Amino acid sequence: MAFLVAHFTQIVFYVLALLAVLGGIGVVTFKNPVHSALSLLGTFLMVAGLFVLRHAEFLAAVQVLVYAGGIMVLFLFVIMLVNVKKLQPEAVFLSAQAPMAVLAGVLVGALVAFGLLAGKLAAAGGVPAALQTVDGKVLGNTEAVGWLLYRQYLVPFEVVSVVLLVAMVGAIVFGLKSASLDRGEGRAER
Amino acid sequence: MTVSSTQSLTERHPLADAFPGDGVETIGNDADGHTVLAVDRSHLLEILRQLRDDDRFRCDFLSDICGVDYPDRQQRFDVVYHLANLDSGERYRVKVAVDEDDAVLPSAYGVWKAADWFEREVWDMFGVRFEGHPNLKRILTHEAFHGHPLRKDYDPGQRWLLTEKDIMTPEWAREEQLDDQHMESQVLNLGPSHPATHGTLRTVLRLEGENIVKAESEIGYLHRCFEKMSETHGWQQVIPYTDRLNYCSSMINGVGYALAVENMLGIEAPPRAQVVRVILSELSRIMDHAVCLGANLVDLGALTNFWYFFQIREEIYGLLESCAGGRLTVSYARIGGLAHDVPADFEEQVRRLLDYIPPFVADVDKLITRNRIFRDRTEGIGVLSPEEAVAWGWTGPCLRACGVPYDVRKAHPYMGYEQYEFDVPVATTGDTYARYLVRMEEIRQSLRIIRQAIDNLPGGPVITDDHHVALPPKEKVYTEMESLIWHFKLIFEGIKVPPGDAYHFTEGANGELGYYIVSDGSGTPYRIKVRPPCFALYQAYPHILEGLLVPDAIAILGSLNIIAGELDR
Amino acid sequence: MWAEILVIVIKVVVVSSVLLTLVPIMVWVERRGAAMIQDRLGPNRVGPFGLLQPIVDAVKLITKEDLTPSGVKGVDRLLYLLAPSIALVVAISVFIAVPFGFDPGLKLFGHAIDGFIVAPNLNLGILYIFAIASLGVYSVVLAGWASNNKYSLMGGIRASAQMVSYELAMTISVVGVLMVSGSFGLQDVVLHQSGTWFGFIPRWNVFPQIIGAITFIVAAFAETNRLPFDLVEAEAELVVGYHTEYSSMRFAAFFMSEYVNMVTASSLIVILFFGGWTLPGFATPAGWLGALVSIGIFAVKVAFFLWFFVWVRWTLPRFRFDQLMALGWKTMIPLAVLNFLLVGAGMALRNL
Repeated sequence: MAFLVAHFTQIVFYVLALLAVLGGIGVVTFKNPVHSALSLLGTFLMVAGLFVLRHAEFLAAVQVLVYAGGIMVLFLFVIMLVNVKKLQPEAVFLSAQAPMAVLAGVLVGALVAFGLLAGKLAAAGGVPAALQTVDGKVLGNTEAVGWLLYRQYLVPFEVVSVVLLVAMVGAIVFGLKSASLDRGEGRAER
Repeated sequence: MTVSSTQSLTERHPLADAFPGDGVETIGNDADGHTVLAVDRSHLLEILRQLRDDDRFRCDFLSDICGVDYPDRQQRFDVVYHLANLDSGERYRVKVAVDEDDAVLPSAYGVWKAADWFEREVWDMFGVRFEGHPNLKRILTHEAFHGHPLRKDYDPGQRWLLTEKDIMTPEWAREEQLDDQHMESQVLNLGPSHPATHGTLRTVLRLEGENIVKAESEIGYLHRCFEKMSETHGWQQVIPYTDRLNYCSSMINGVGYALAVENMLGIEAPPRAQVVRVILSELSRIMDHAVCLGANLVDLGALTNFWYFFQIREEIYGLLESCAGGRLTVSYARIGGLAHDVPADFEEQVRRLLDYIPPFVADVDKLITRNRIFRDRTEGIGVLSPEEAVAWGWTGPCLRACGVPYDVRKAHPYMGYEQYEFDVPVATTGDTYARYLVRMEEIRQSLRIIRQAIDNLPGGPVITDDHHVALPPKEKVYTEMESLIWHFKLIFEGIKVPPGDAYHFTEGANGELGYYIVSDGSGTPYRIKVRPPCFALYQAYPHILEGLLVPDAIAILGSLNIIAGELDR
Repeated sequence: MWAEILVIVIKVVVVSSVLLTLVPIMVWVERRGAAMIQDRLGPNRVGPFGLLQPIVDAVKLITKEDLTPSGVKGVDRLLYLLAPSIALVVAISVFIAVPFGFDPGLKLFGHAIDGFIVAPNLNLGILYIFAIASLGVYSVVLAGWASNNKYSLMGGIRASAQMVSYELAMTISVVGVLMVSGSFGLQDVVLHQSGTWFGFIPRWNVFPQIIGAITFIVAAFAETNRLPFDLVEAEAELVVGYHTEYSSMRFAAFFMSEYVNMVTASSLIVILFFGGWTLPGFATPAGWLGALVSIGIFAVKVAFFLWFFVWVRWTLPRFRFDQLMALGWKTMIPLAVLNFLLVGAGMALRNL
């Protein structure tokens, strides 16, 4: 009992982390795309839990609101709309992408190992100093995020939003073009 | 036994010159003034084309195609085309005889689209093939059916079992289709048991998302071959069957049938019966429109209006019950008049209804007519141009919503409709909203007719005193020898309708309700063919759907008012 | 510490049982209200005014057979069974961040009750509500997917598109309220609305932010899948959409979650735009009396909006799907953004 109370955070962390990894494995192993999407949803929710552990409630809420409640729903929408259940690709164990994937995996693993060995990650424990007080405000980390985002990092934030806007416009242009080519102009208006 | 297939033919008919070739065998007029042509099969199509295109005829409207079986004749089947010029009101009947061994005719689908399902019905019922028909399949019976039920030698005792593998599936719905983006378009069965069909209708849809790419309708789930049953019953006994055609307005069907037989007998119902028939028919029309609009609005999510309309229907049923005893199937009309007189408080009850109905209609009007959501759902949805509507054989409120002011009550007045002052509402857009508006206005116009009729309700008997048609009163049967003989002969032999054929049509709640009757002079009908207005309406339905969405399909279906009892007979 | 836990347990039990008790009451109100609007009687046989009808309904649903459609196996069967639970769990857990009364510093077992709200220290407030509520769509999508039925699937697809679209409008329309009250906490939002302007206009957010209030209420209708936005069910088109195949208590779970969602939505409308438990010119008395009076005021306001939900349902027809999406994206979201820009401009002008 005393152990549980003392190590409560760690225990929760490892449970969440394990579930998140399992969800990630589920994404790539499930045959049915809907099941894969639901695994990804599980991973998102677990990651939101990890954010809560790090006292980043705002991030957790946004993670759930945007990723779980928005983006994943759209994924499911598309999967169900085109009904890809019947379009199973042939099972290829090692495709052309495999060597690159292995390389990427090794690189990421090496990075994490280096970070752990060099002690860089261990120092990041506890409540991040930046979030404790920002400009003398400690009222809640939402406000702290706001202060950081709209004061200190205003320009990068705006640049990112412009990049996203451009990406969105591009996506719409591509989508419209193929729609009007395939189905005639009239159908696009419906 | 042979039945003369035409009557009162003259040697030189004024229109005989229009057909210089030898395709037309005989031409003449029947007692109703309809032009009757007997045509040779080899020239059928060109004569039909001429009837449509020639300025002397301009038959833009094919109202019905039906078969008649004469087993003793050399050429066994007659196929009868009922045509009309909607502008002049002239009616034509084209008959073509075919052999049993070589029962093939050219399809008239290329001339009038309305021929589509009517030809399928003739194929189904008589086994006459139509060459060039795009989709000649059974329509009222099912895929596992053998034989053709309306042939005189078909044994109605046979049973045919439909198994799952035989269920009608259109060619295009059988296999998966992928478009060029590898997206699968799915096949959806709308019906036969679906909340929006309000009966058993089935429409197979191919969908891309919710867009309808292709559609085909299947009917016949309620088919009971009422026309076959009529052939073994007396003339009066057919009336209960007619109640089950359009069961939302059963009075109109019975009256239509009675009028058709009276027309062949050359008698007329007494004035009181005529006026009561008008009042009850118009009330039935209100009821039918109320049910149609109510159901249509339920399908669009507006349940409250359905209840308002059903309140109207409930009260009208009350009146019908007090007159006829029955509510849904009234069986109140008789050949020669009515079953019995109306109750003493009839006038009072009708006047109460006249005050009772308008507030409900006004409530719905306020809730719906200018409702933004309703208009967005219905305006521009399910549009049919006037030409197309006529070509598909549409009649009634749906045709008038397309802008064609054809109403049998005005064009060919019967039952004294010429005495009443009423307007025929016409819309121009031909969409679902227009059909709603026309029906709403027709409810008001019907109320107007009823008001005039109840003000001039004459006294007197409600059934003809021609005792070759109607039974003499009981007290006379017991006291007079002559009446006893009439009673005996009518019960044992039935009404003797003179041999011949006639097509009589009235304005049903859904449009032109026609009865084509062939009599051989015996006490039972030789052949009765009903022209149900729904049949023509519904055959256009799958064609309207293409390019629309599933919710539109629901909105349109409700506005067409498809009544399965009338559609499948 | 035990007192603290006890207080929380009492809050959880009271709130969830009140919520679930409201469901049968709302069913009765809905049915009798519909009957009143539609000129008929409605259920009036069981108990006085048919008040016991929902209990009979519940008994019927509990004793009915729980069916699983054929062809639903493996993981899909798990999803099929899980979907109704998700609906109910999400609907109830949203409510823990909703305050429903004024707390003048009351104590229970020697421990402060910390306001009439289950989770007082959640500094996320409304953000938590939106985050959890956004998960509610999964119950509909999974039910539609796992039912192995084309109509259900179409209901699920419609649900996913509809809910994502209207969530955006709903979230943006609240931003104005959060800006003026300067907090995510709903208690602060209510406190900010006490008092009057010029002595007679209540300081309710609905008056300065009428656009936001309207967009929020409309979006709330869409999020709760009520007419005119019940395209997910649309009985005439999709039979009943995602819960076509469900029977017994699993169907009831969907049904109950709809009504719990209505209560939550009405509470949020009252808290965000109609002053919560405050009344202008009315000073809440101290102690438990004040708490009860404030809860009563809140309940009356919520009851009005619950009736409003019923009222609208039996008045309007249903949208078509593409019209619904067009309304959401082309009208609602721009209006919500306009509201928040207007509020921002107003605040900036006042600070000049």
